[in-house]
Amino acid sequence: MNKTFTLDGREIHFETGQTIMDAALAAGVYIPHLCHNPEFAPHGSCRVCVVDIGGRQVSACTAAASEGLQVDSSSEAIQATRRAILQMLFVEGNHVCPACEKSGACQLQAVAYYTGMLAPHFTHFFPRRPVDASHPDVVIDFNRCILCELCVRASRDHDGKRVFAISGRGLESHLVIDSPSGLLGDSSFAAGDKAAHVCPTGAILPKGRGYETPIGERLYDREPINIIGDVRAHEEEVV
Amino acid sequence: MAEKPRVATASLCGCFGCHMSLLDIDERILQLVDLVIFDRTPLTDIKTLGDCDLGLIEGGVANAENVEVLREFRRRCKSLVAVGACAVNGGIPAMRNQFSLAECLHESYRDGIGVHNPGIPNDPEIPLLLDQVHPIHEVVAIDYFLPGCPPSADAIWTFLTRFLEGRPIAFPYTQIHFD
Repeated sequence: MNKTFTLDGREIHFETGQTIMDAALAAGVYIPHLCHNPEFAPHGSCRVCVVDIGGRQVSACTAAASEGLQVDSSSEAIQATRRAILQMLFVEGNHVCPACEKSGACQLQAVAYYTGMLAPHFTHFFPRRPVDASHPDVVIDFNRCILCELCVRASRDHDGKRVFAISGRGLESHLVIDSPSGLLGDSSFAAGDKAAHVCPTGAILPKGRGYETPIGERLYDREPINIIGDVRAHEEEVV
Repeated sequence: MAEKPRVATASLCGCFGCHMSLLDIDERILQLVDLVIFDRTPLTDIKTLGDCDLGLIEGGVANAENVEVLREFRRRCKSLVAVGACAVNGGIPAMRNQFSLAECLHESYRDGIGVHNPGIPNDPEIPLLLDQVHPIHEVVAIDYFLPGCPPSADAIWTFLTRFLEGRPIAFPYTQIHFD
């Protein structure tokens, strides 16, 4: 009963079985994250929710909360680690914000702003990745995929379709689509699928629209993500 | 009082939008010319670069001349700033990195729609293109980064005033955006 741990000096209550992220979200405390979405099983892959517990760095979305933990989520050292992780995500793909429809309402971008990332720091990979526009209602731009597996989880666990999977290892890891041609248009994917509405970047976007919200009025234009919340929380008003 | 700080600017592989945004500080430019001396910059049309306190670089690195200008700025400027998306990460011009240089040249000058007198320009005065467009931090060390496409006049003004006053560089949330 009434178990607590300490997050940046603040007492956080938790129930048995909750992760640090679950308890923090329930208490209204923001820990930056990309691959985490409370509707799906924690994945722990993007590492952006890294926190420090007694000198160990763990992902808050997969670490179980336990009594008396001292969790650091806001020191400059932790924010610097998050910035470096984000910078690696940016240089590994092709994230051309000025040309992207998702810009301004993109969770990758918003978390980068939150952590104070101003530049990518590392050397760009400039990978050559395709754009799949074969589906009538949805386009997939693999340049913007950060392998968070939210679409994989949503399609498998919510839509019951298993349209998406990650194939390959290490640098070769990439998103694949379950259809004879490998194209989205030949899969069972539909615009109403949950998987069409969970991407934290501009990798999965609806067709036939774009740049609808003027600059200055977009989701993260005026206030940061720790106040606004995740893209998914605003998905309904966007769709 | 010591001599005023000298400021130089250059546009490499950019669209001059960042320079336009600098001019967009409007009447504050009168304050700026009281605070600094402009060295080489498209604003003064001075072509040679002297020793400067601050260099502002717009645009990425796409050709041999860009490399030369950028290296000269690094040699001459005590502090060098990447201004705008193209300088920071290659920006829109770096989208050509999805293709080989030959593909780009063939599309532009030989096979593209509406091309008359097809032929790839090869005048020796034209700087040779690099195989890829690079952010400037991949060529020389950079001291400050100012993202945006373009960075707003207010963001540029925040940077300049803080830099000239010797204060830590920090921006209000609304002044930092990647687009």
